[in-house]
Amino acid sequence: MYRRVRYDKPEKIFIINFLNIFLIFLLTPSLYSQDNSDCLMCHEDNSLTGTRNGKTISVFVNEKKLSSSVHSDIDCISCHVDLEGMDAHDENVEKAKCNFCHDDIQAKYDKSLHGKALAKGDRLAPGCQDCHGSHDIIPVKNSKSKVAPINIPGLCGQCHKEGSTVQLQRNIPQTHILENYSESIHGEGLLKKGLIVTATCASCHTAHDILPHTDPKSSIARRNIANTCAKCHAEIEQVHRKVIKGALWEKEANVLPACVDCHQPHEARKVFYDQGMADQDCLGCHNQKNIKASNDDRSLFVDYNGIKDSRHANISCSQCHSQVSPSHKRPCDSIIQKVDCTSCHAAVGEEYQLSTHGKLNAENDPNAPVCSECHGTHEVLGKNNPISPIFPINIPSLCAKCHREGESATVRYKGTEFNIIKNYTESIHGKGLMKSGLTVTATCTDCHTAHRELPHTDSLSSINPVNIPSTCGNCHHGIQEQFEKSIHSPKISNTDKELPTCEDCHTAHKIIRADSEGFKLKIMDQCGRCHEAISETYFDTYHGKVSQLGYTKTAKCYDCHGAHDILPIENPSSHLNRKNIVETCQKCHSSANRQFAGYFTHATHHDPEKYPWLFWTFWGMTGLLLFTFVIAGVHTILWLPRSLQWRRELKRRKLNNLNKNDNIDPHDNRRS
Amino acid sequence: MITEDPEELKNNTSSANIAAKDKTMAVEAQVERFSRLNRVLHILMIVSFISLALTGMTLKFSYTGWAAFLSGLFGGFEFAGYIHRFSAVIMFIVFISHIIDLIRIKQKEKKSFKEFLFGSSSMLFNKNDLKDFIGSLKWFIGLGGRPEYGRWTYWEKFDYFAVFWGIFIIGSTGLTLWFPEFFTQFMPGWVINVTTIIHSDEALLATGFIFTIHFFNTHLRPEKFPMDIVIFSGRVPLEEFKLDRPQEYKELVEKGELEKYLVEPYQPIVIRTIKIFGWTALTIGFSIIIWIIYAMLFAYR
Repeated sequence: MYRRVRYDKPEKIFIINFLNIFLIFLLTPSLYSQDNSDCLMCHEDNSLTGTRNGKTISVFVNEKKLSSSVHSDIDCISCHVDLEGMDAHDENVEKAKCNFCHDDIQAKYDKSLHGKALAKGDRLAPGCQDCHGSHDIIPVKNSKSKVAPINIPGLCGQCHKEGSTVQLQRNIPQTHILENYSESIHGEGLLKKGLIVTATCASCHTAHDILPHTDPKSSIARRNIANTCAKCHAEIEQVHRKVIKGALWEKEANVLPACVDCHQPHEARKVFYDQGMADQDCLGCHNQKNIKASNDDRSLFVDYNGIKDSRHANISCSQCHSQVSPSHKRPCDSIIQKVDCTSCHAAVGEEYQLSTHGKLNAENDPNAPVCSECHGTHEVLGKNNPISPIFPINIPSLCAKCHREGESATVRYKGTEFNIIKNYTESIHGKGLMKSGLTVTATCTDCHTAHRELPHTDSLSSINPVNIPSTCGNCHHGIQEQFEKSIHSPKISNTDKELPTCEDCHTAHKIIRADSEGFKLKIMDQCGRCHEAISETYFDTYHGKVSQLGYTKTAKCYDCHGAHDILPIENPSSHLNRKNIVETCQKCHSSANRQFAGYFTHATHHDPEKYPWLFWTFWGMTGLLLFTFVIAGVHTILWLPRSLQWRRELKRRKLNNLNKNDNIDPHDNRRS
Repeated sequence: MITEDPEELKNNTSSANIAAKDKTMAVEAQVERFSRLNRVLHILMIVSFISLALTGMTLKFSYTGWAAFLSGLFGGFEFAGYIHRFSAVIMFIVFISHIIDLIRIKQKEKKSFKEFLFGSSSMLFNKNDLKDFIGSLKWFIGLGGRPEYGRWTYWEKFDYFAVFWGIFIIGSTGLTLWFPEFFTQFMPGWVINVTTIIHSDEALLATGFIFTIHFFNTHLRPEKFPMDIVIFSGRVPLEEFKLDRPQEYKELVEKGELEKYLVEPYQPIVIRTIKIFGWTALTIGFSIIIWIIYAMLFAYR
């Protein structure tokens, strides 16, 4: 009762309470609140246990660790606020609160995936302590910190490694995150090379406001990815102008591929970022078979299954048809330009623009082929698919669409190559490709390149005489090596004269086997185009004469001089060097000797200086011929009239003989 | 000087048999001029010579279209080469057979070397040939009558030795071309170039001479036109013989040996076969001449 009476006067109570509080603060605060030592009196016992949520846990606090932690100056009750003022406390103690000091971080966390899960009571959701620890939190710069960059993958991996409960039971669209990361360039930098400024999990996902990529506010949301990556890769935009046209960065950033479209997160991208226009939005109309363009009635039907098999299976419609406006009722009504493949294939596009095809296209020439004419539109199949128009076996017929005799390109063409397709088909390359199905044989694009076709007069052209050896050498490497050491290579011979290249002997499109009869016989003319005098004298000798009659087993230019490895005679490696020539002759004349090799294979009897023996033998023989024929000829011509006379005489004589009146002696008649 | 009266001839032959023959078939009496072996050798010579000429010319004039065509006809150059070498062997055999035949004849007729070499039937040139040659030239320009040619005229002897010379020159150079590896063991390599020219030009001379001069002298001169088949049949009508070879006729009559050489003419079928062969050889020969002229005039290099 006493108490009740006393408390009946509120002013009195207020004053008393005020004084009490004042005294507590002013005089003996330590007497009234717990000191850390108060807590440690019990909690320094390392066998002390308690229970939380029915589980027995250790409630030992290591004073040493606490005193070296970032929180060493903080009282226990600053975090364990629910225990303030309690001498002793029961078992169900709340978790320490961080938000009194770290309220901004707490706010982020609360909105994050982890925070929301925790709020929902998800027992797998991590709280502050799960990552940062409790009494032993040390500075993040200390490499022993649980959240030091070097430790983060391991930390996150505790829950996000393959086989963990989180990975198994929660909807995580990525798999093998930790393994993939550790093999990625970032992971390798961090874990193998100790580069702590490289990207860790938290660099991309942030530390506390981790959100799913579907959340527009997420650091890994499609539209934010570039910024996220650019935190480290600041100048990445410059680097990617080669791949992505610069103007698009500003104008149509939304349709550009995100970093992860090409650089898969962790390692392999399994999720497609279906944002902006989804394919399904387009197919709403375009999978109707009868859909047609209003202006020219061309079908606008898109066979989606065809796309699914194409190289662009993972590219959404709007990435190519980039002018769509998702906000419009008909998003495609803003499309006014054709698909520009160079948004992604910028390097190829630059090559194409250099090419004759590209130049014609720039002039709006209707004959100029564009990307889709060779590669197709929606069904871009790539070069490894046998039904693709750019599969090696199909390339000649693809090019033939314009380059077959009579087609658009041949009408325009002013050069010297005709019947290109027919000749190619009958050539060794064409036969290999089209008859034997040898896909590694040379097709049109192997020599002319796929995108930078240029006339041979252009110094950038793959078929420019200077570049031909390396073009052919792409496949015929060994021959290129030989050729480039030979006298015909511009690398060896410094001359103003035109040097031969592969094509001069082998032709461009009519290439036949070098061991075929036609080639063997033709080669003498090929060499003779430049070596006119020497090839004529070759034809004056036995070898030349019989080869002219179509005999291929005889020595032709290359049998003695070599084919690709022609060297000056002074060169010790030359087939005709004194050291080697007998051996060269022995290829055919097995018992050839040094003197045998002295035979003049290019002899002419028209040169008294060089070949006096031959010259004088020839004129001696000619003199004998003329002398004999003149003497015999004159004798014969003089004889002719007498012989005619004699014939008449004989006839008369015969008649007389028949008439039994044969008293005439022609000899006597003339002699007496 | 010689009476060419057939009556007298009949008497001179002093053979009743011949006389009787003469009365009934005077026109058909023939004199054998070439032995069977010589005829066979000449036929072999023609075949091998034409083969050698055709195959050789394809090489010499390889730059003409004809050469390529012919080469193809022979089954390609390689086979043409085999034909050429095979024919060369035949030619050598003909040559050797002839030499052996000469030795055999000498032994058989038991003649001395002097008689054999300088007798009237020898192929060697003698004083008479010079006389005949001068006589012929005189005859040609109207300063005398036709000389009385004997067993062999000087142009026949020239042809004969041309072949001797030709076989020696062309044959020996041909061997160096056939076996250059062997010959260069003791000759420098350029000798092969020289023998090539000699072989080729001597062959041109031989071919040109045989197919023009020889053809004219024996076949085309008007009195024999179009051909004289004596080299195949071996026999000439007596009448013709008397006029053509008066000296030989005279000698035979004087020696009383004419009868020994009188033979019956061949059956018409044999003559026809001979003529077909002769025409073929003539045609090929003339074709080769046309080809050579064409090659020399229009395609020479």
